[in-house]
Amino acid sequence: MSGAAAAAGLAPPRAAFDRALLLVVPAAAFMLLLFVYPFLYGLMLSFNPKEGGALANYSHFFTTDNLWPTIWTTLRLAIPATLINVGLALPIAFKMRVKSPYQRWATTILVIPITLGTVLIAQGMLTYFGPKGWLSQFLQFFHLYEGSIRLTHNYWGVLISLVISGFPFAFLLILSYITGIDPVLARAASTLGASPRAQFRTIYLPLLAPGLAMCFCLAFVQAFSVFPSAVLLGSPAGPTRVISIAAYEAAFEQYDYSLASAIAMIMGFVQLIVVAAVLGLRNLMYRGPVSGGKG
Amino acid sequence: MNHDFNELRLDGVTRRFAGAGGQAFAALSELTLTIKRGEFIALLGPSGCGKSTALNCIAGLMQLSGGSIWLDSTRIDTLPPEKRGFGMVFQNYALFPHMTVAKNIGFGLKMRGLPDAEVAPRVAHALTLVQLTGQENKLPGQLSGGQQQRVAIARAIVIEPPLVLMDEPLSNLDAKLRIETRAEIRRIHKELGRSTIYVTHDQDEALSLADRIVVMKDGIVQMIAAPHDVYGQPANLHVARFMGYRNVLELKVEAEDGDRVTVAGPDVRLTGVRKQPLANGRACVAMRPEEFVLGAAAGGANTIAGRVSNVEYCGRDSLVDVVTSSGTLLHVRATGSPRLDDTVHVHVPPERVLVYPSEASA
Repeated sequence: MSGAAAAAGLAPPRAAFDRALLLVVPAAAFMLLLFVYPFLYGLMLSFNPKEGGALANYSHFFTTDNLWPTIWTTLRLAIPATLINVGLALPIAFKMRVKSPYQRWATTILVIPITLGTVLIAQGMLTYFGPKGWLSQFLQFFHLYEGSIRLTHNYWGVLISLVISGFPFAFLLILSYITGIDPVLARAASTLGASPRAQFRTIYLPLLAPGLAMCFCLAFVQAFSVFPSAVLLGSPAGPTRVISIAAYEAAFEQYDYSLASAIAMIMGFVQLIVVAAVLGLRNLMYRGPVSGGKG
Repeated sequence: MNHDFNELRLDGVTRRFAGAGGQAFAALSELTLTIKRGEFIALLGPSGCGKSTALNCIAGLMQLSGGSIWLDSTRIDTLPPEKRGFGMVFQNYALFPHMTVAKNIGFGLKMRGLPDAEVAPRVAHALTLVQLTGQENKLPGQLSGGQQQRVAIARAIVIEPPLVLMDEPLSNLDAKLRIETRAEIRRIHKELGRSTIYVTHDQDEALSLADRIVVMKDGIVQMIAAPHDVYGQPANLHVARFMGYRNVLELKVEAEDGDRVTVAGPDVRLTGVRKQPLANGRACVAMRPEEFVLGAAAGGANTIAGRVSNVEYCGRDSLVDVVTSSGTLLHVRATGSPRLDDTVHVHVPPERVLVYPSEASA
């Protein structure tokens, strides 16, 4: 009955135009000018190729051997990187959910990489992981591993850099989801006989799942648009020739803006498919409030 | 788990917290109590008195700083909550929001590894017990507060725990529902024949439900007794104040004759029953507003004259404030309704005047 009263209170009154709504005008104008217009412009441009019909760019992309495989190259980087980031962030954030004296320090250290740019990370990794880098010298000095280690200028270099730059993001997001779950639920489960492992499986995981899906999407979109580290730490001609490199080459080496726009559209479309699939799964899960009754 | 027991023994249970400035303070100190099978115990006290701390210590949700807890001859204070097998009802219910009513209630049975075929009939039985049959497929968010509360009770009792712990389970309900659910809790307790520990700050709840009441203040037990004794013969002034003895006057001791003590002030002279040893010639008398008789003849023993300074109409009776000529204020419940500024005489029988040592000397 209090619920009914609250619902009645939430119903929007049929009032006159609220002038406070005008406050969204600058943001809306900003979006129109700097996002919607360029996007539509690019979309139109992609259908006006230098030669051929409206779909010539798209057929060119899917028939050229150094273009269409970039989709798989990018997915092969972005999906493992996202899975590692979300998969690592979840247990660490779970451990960090309770206040403790060292929680703030640990959180700070875990979050620092978010403040470093990708270029700075790439620079550091080249010195640390390179053939003459500290890691290699350390392992050889102690005779732990004699062979040559190649963690830069290949697939692994880009993957590691995506984890370093993407992890704090996933961690912060998941931490905020976890701390939003009322800890009294886990305590209730424990009085009913649930071990810590069962508490995680039956209480935390189902309540976190929608948040994890959202986190996966954001981390994936971030990783899919990888560019600087693919150039600096990968082998941009070979195994890390990601789709953004293909678009860059089309635009600034062949000066074919129309083809570049088409590649950018394809890139966006692939992201959209993955995000839609994950969010579709999310709709199958419980998405209500995460507290257990009246607070 | 689920073993039956004869008695639960709390032995000097203490819980300290780090307070401001690094100083530890005891939220609960030296709680010693033996609870027999089938008993209904209420932990009663104002907020911050340590009653919830005591409950959390028994449930295993909080570590002890000292003392021990025994179930017959088994020491249980070192076990995690999931190994103790007590049922607990939380103040805000703590229902699992993503599970249906039936799943919530069956959770404890599932955790004990029971097959679905056994879980279903027991859940159905628990639903009948709390009169929620037909609601099993709803989510907690679709239920009213009273229904959620009953789901929480069903979830705690379906595992047939030897001990049910309840943390202010009625505090979120409205007055009518509170009285109904109170009766229900008592009925379920009787039906199961197990023990219940019930935390509350509401003296009516404690008096109506419990076999024995533990009154607490500042983490220290003040009194452990049956409701009748806690109500009629409070062990000290704290308990008296908490049990509705609103009139507490500090007066000079004139005569002591066994338990009978006569105390007096400038315009008040009362004879009462001593409840604790007195010292330094001063004493506090405690009287309930209900014990006064308004409109007594002037000049009698234990009769006080005063002026009516306020009348609060309460339906069945009125709460009248009477001020004596020296300014002493008395709260009196009266069935008639005297007019403001009337001069009245109030009488209180000597056996209903309780005499405690003055607080300054304590």
